[in-house]
Amino acid sequence: MNALTQNDSAQNLASYNFAYLDEQTKRMIRRAILKGIAIPGYQVPFASREMPMPYGWGTGGVQVTAAIIGRDDVLKVIDQGADDTTNAVSIRAFFAKTAGVATTTSTPDASIIQTRHRIPETPLTEGQVLVYQVPIPEPLRFLEPRETETRKMHALEEYGLMHVKLYEDIARNGHIATTYAYPVKVEGRYVMDPSPTPKFDNPKMHQSEALQLFGAGREKRIYAIPPHTEVVSLDFEDHPFEIQHFNEPCAMCGAEQVYLDEVVLDDKGGRMFVCSDTHYCESRRADGHRGVLLGDDAEIEKEAM
Amino acid sequence: MSLSQTIDAPVGKLASAPSQPLLSVDNLTRVYGKRIGCADVSFDLWPGEVLAIVGESGSGKTTLLNCISSRMTPTCGTVHYRMRDGESADIYKMAEAERRYLMRTDWGFVHQNPIDGLRMTVSAGANVGERLMAVGNRHYGNIRNTAIEWLSRVEIDEDRVDDQPRTFSGGMRQRLQIARNLVTEPRLVFMDEPTGGLDVSVQARLLDLLRGLVSDLGLAVVVVTHDLAVARLLSDRMIVMKEGRVIEAGLTDRVLDDPRAPYTQLLVSSILQV
Amino acid sequence: MKTLLVASDVKKTFVMHMRGGVELPVVTNVSFSLKSGSCAVLGGPSGVGKSSILKMLYGNYGCDSGQILVQHHGKHIDVASADPRMVLAIRRDTIGYVSQFLRAVPRVSALDVAAEPLLIRGIAQEIAHQRARDLFAELNLPEKLWSLPPATFSGGEQQRVNIARGFITDHPILLLDEPTASLDAANREVVIDLIARKKADGAALLGIFHDQDVRNAVADHVIDVSAFATGKTAA
Repeated sequence: MNALTQNDSAQNLASYNFAYLDEQTKRMIRRAILKGIAIPGYQVPFASREMPMPYGWGTGGVQVTAAIIGRDDVLKVIDQGADDTTNAVSIRAFFAKTAGVATTTSTPDASIIQTRHRIPETPLTEGQVLVYQVPIPEPLRFLEPRETETRKMHALEEYGLMHVKLYEDIARNGHIATTYAYPVKVEGRYVMDPSPTPKFDNPKMHQSEALQLFGAGREKRIYAIPPHTEVVSLDFEDHPFEIQHFNEPCAMCGAEQVYLDEVVLDDKGGRMFVCSDTHYCESRRADGHRGVLLGDDAEIEKEAM
Repeated sequence: MSLSQTIDAPVGKLASAPSQPLLSVDNLTRVYGKRIGCADVSFDLWPGEVLAIVGESGSGKTTLLNCISSRMTPTCGTVHYRMRDGESADIYKMAEAERRYLMRTDWGFVHQNPIDGLRMTVSAGANVGERLMAVGNRHYGNIRNTAIEWLSRVEIDEDRVDDQPRTFSGGMRQRLQIARNLVTEPRLVFMDEPTGGLDVSVQARLLDLLRGLVSDLGLAVVVVTHDLAVARLLSDRMIVMKEGRVIEAGLTDRVLDDPRAPYTQLLVSSILQV
Repeated sequence: MKTLLVASDVKKTFVMHMRGGVELPVVTNVSFSLKSGSCAVLGGPSGVGKSSILKMLYGNYGCDSGQILVQHHGKHIDVASADPRMVLAIRRDTIGYVSQFLRAVPRVSALDVAAEPLLIRGIAQEIAHQRARDLFAELNLPEKLWSLPPATFSGGEQQRVNIARGFITDHPILLLDEPTASLDAANREVVIDLIARKKADGAALLGIFHDQDVRNAVADHVIDVSAFATGKTAA
């Protein structure tokens, strides 16, 4: 699936409007997106539609992508960094069918990347759009269940409660224990939930050249981070924000300073750590990099392939 | 802020009392349709003064408290608060952000039921530290130390700092609520039956604590209570309310020892002797 | 001798609404003055209104009419019509009061009770406590009681805490309501001595003493309250 594939079967398009949603809905979503871009980090309510997948399966991200995608776009979809999991495959097929657009697994080749819970390792460039799938958009929800209150808190910039959560972490665990969905402050104004991406990815959101859009279908919210925007992770002066560190490089490609997934190899406790970003790992291996699992022994490499 | 810090001030400082009231209530009225919540209430409160609003159920004292603390908009009348810069502001003409900020810094509100004034699912330390974090404190160590200091001032053991208020007794919860309110050193504190529902010995301890803190910190307090003994112990001045109206007002000991209005005489004569 | 307090035409009537509005006149046309360095005594039978007069001077009772002028920080203030803040200021700085019974507050030690009038004037805690200790020692209050709350003390012990509290400041006017009522002979002597020292300092004292000996020892002149009575009696 490394080559670009084109679906040019015209009769498939006949039963759907381009990219599934009707044009009025797309206008509504685009307006919400524009508002989000104008007010970075602010959650814009939108009239989320019924989609052909249930809530909790990326309907927010799909609606955002559907509203912005054009015939000449190239779409990449990842789920926890992988192009080949069920959801990623399904959503990619969905857009191939309803929009007839080209799809890819290559990060640099994509113009739109829809993602569930990870940011690609390859830095994004100007002209690319990253669409995040968001389950719970409200960072304050767990401490303040009332929507009326949280809206006021955002409006009045009352974010003391956010630091209460971090304080509790330190009091209970000795350090800030939040490792994903780590809250950030955008352009010094709105506190935002970056979706359940690992905190490892937070620095990638800061001053990105790409446009970042966030869609929550069930909760009916859209928010955005325009390119070159300040995104700062919340912390305390004496407990500064730190990303995760891994003790070993990727077992397959040897990459360091990337987010690794743990893979259980057998029932004897064998495990390996490999790149979460599958495309990144593939391209490194294509360039000749080898990790401990694949390195030195060409036989094992042949078997693993 | 220990006792000695505040009272080393020479007598001269006390003699030059501030000439402007901290809170001015003018003709405050709140109606619920045809029912009167409170009507035509006016009074001033000076810095460091404790005012008790006394009455039985239905007297309108809680309505009055809510109206003067910006929790309920009055039907007519005004409430003016003197800000730290000396300017007097109509609290209902303020922007909401400013009012909410005031409520978190310059003001405190102690609820009758501490559950209403605490976050039950976060630790005691976080409860006390929240206001500090809300105004921009970002040093965990300092916030925690300040919280521990305040816990000890309200006689809560330091090793409870990471415990949740769910595990505290009623009296402890109430003391925690007080610490949570006082950590930003407010100038004005509203209290709604602060000792309601507490055991007698716990009440005594709490009242003693309140007296000490009020005097140490020079707090102005408006305390609503139906308990005349609490009013006598805590307040300098008193307002007696019945059916939404002020029946009698004046020095606490004068109103209790020489009640003039029939209703006040009834109230005072109803106190049980122990 | 300066005049520190002038009462003129003070009148007091109790209206007992709980008893159908019956009026109990207490005193009328009360006029007298208090001069520095002297001790006046309110005389008359029990129930004639002596205590009421003291309480009116302190602002604890209201008056129906009349004036009670005091010298407060160089100005003449009428206690009878002063607003509550002013009365509190007068009590803090100008008029002291030794009540007949100590109103004990739970958990506050005798030392703190006695020291409080100094503390609210801004005197340092150590100095205030030392003065309280000195007075307690003079009044023969056992040292082991000093750090205890007075609620469980005997009447005489409570009274001595009360006296210390009243005498601890330098108020120019001091009102005394039966200060020696529960005291033994030795401590009565102490109180007489305290009063003499206050007079020497220039204070004006006004007291009610049921004990004839004490009255004779301290009084410079007697104000006969029955002259102000209106026929009916109330305390």
